Amino acid sequence: MTADAAKLIATALSIAVGAIGPGIGIGMIGAKAVEALGRNPEAESAIRTTMILAIAFAEAVAIYALVVSLIIKFT
Amino acid sequence: MSEFKEITNTSNSISEKQIEIESPTKEHKSGFPEISIKAEPIFHLGNFKVTNSLFTAVIVLIVFFLLAFKYSKEVALKKKSGFFYFFNMIIKSIYDIFYSVLKEKTEYFFPLLGAYFLFVLFNNWFGLLPGVGSIMIKIVEHGKELTVPLLRGNNADLNTTLVLGLVSVTSIQYFGVKYLGFGTYIKKFLDFSNPINFFVGILEIVSEISKVLSFSFRLFGNIFAGEVLLTIVAFLIPVAASFPFLLLEIFVGLVQALVFSMLSAVFISMAVTKHH
Repeated sequence: MTADAAKLIATALSIAVGAIGPGIGIGMIGAKAVEALGRNPEAESAIRTTMILAIAFAEAVAIYALVVSLIIKFT
Repeated sequence: MSEFKEITNTSNSISEKQIEIESPTKEHKSGFPEISIKAEPIFHLGNFKVTNSLFTAVIVLIVFFLLAFKYSKEVALKKKSGFFYFFNMIIKSIYDIFYSVLKEKTEYFFPLLGAYFLFVLFNNWFGLLPGVGSIMIKIVEHGKELTVPLLRGNNADLNTTLVLGLVSVTSIQYFGVKYLGFGTYIKKFLDFSNPINFFVGILEIVSEISKVLSFSFRLFGNIFAGEVLLTIVAFLIPVAASFPFLLLEIFVGLVQALVFSMLSAVFISMAVTKHH
């Protein structure tokens, strides 16, 4: 395996593996938010704000993986 | 790898030529857009390198200042313009969002948090304007002639977001000390009452440091990834395909500004309330 090939595989793997956890997490957050909305429709704005914040937290992990893969790719 | 490059070269000869005009950079000849993870210096002020993202930040700051100046002048006027009411509406809605977290302390913290929100938002959206990243200039560095973009989205530079994160976390510590007193606040980190509390204190110190990292990497990663996405989509399908992604980026810019300022608000409210 040449250095270039290893670099490409590392780029792809870092974002591919790194996106699994956040994907599951965001799905669970969305599901629970919809559940809460069904139980308590008046609290929509509070639920939405909290959900967006929680999604941003979960998404940050995927973004770390993306930054790592971008660093591998472009340096 | 080289074969692949040659194939794209022949098939994309027209678009390749266009990109050649824009960025005849260094050893890259494949026509693939040049993406740099760090901001390039565009000119020097004495010993100080002025990078393209710093240059953009200065422009954004001037726009920010002018808007704030116009707003503050119209507060005193009797007959206000539509501009004033538009901004009032935006500021009021941000205020309401912060009010849900900070309650009666919102009035004191709002200038700082609102400035975070508006500064990050303006920077994110300024990076999406046409011309940012595509106007190229030639510079000479170490005897080599390079072509670099004149403007670069400010939050797509790790230095800016690191500074924002440091300012935010430092202000959180400052407000904690101010509201609780030095002795009470420092007890969160150095607690000798029993071994468990001591190790919890160490974890608290680590979590304060990791706040800086997570603030800066979250903002940088989102905005830089958006720029890379837009560049690559515009390279693959030159016509109209980047429009939905542009809308997505506008949304991401808003959400990231909201997340940055909301997280600061949540951490501040955690730091200024007494535990136990």
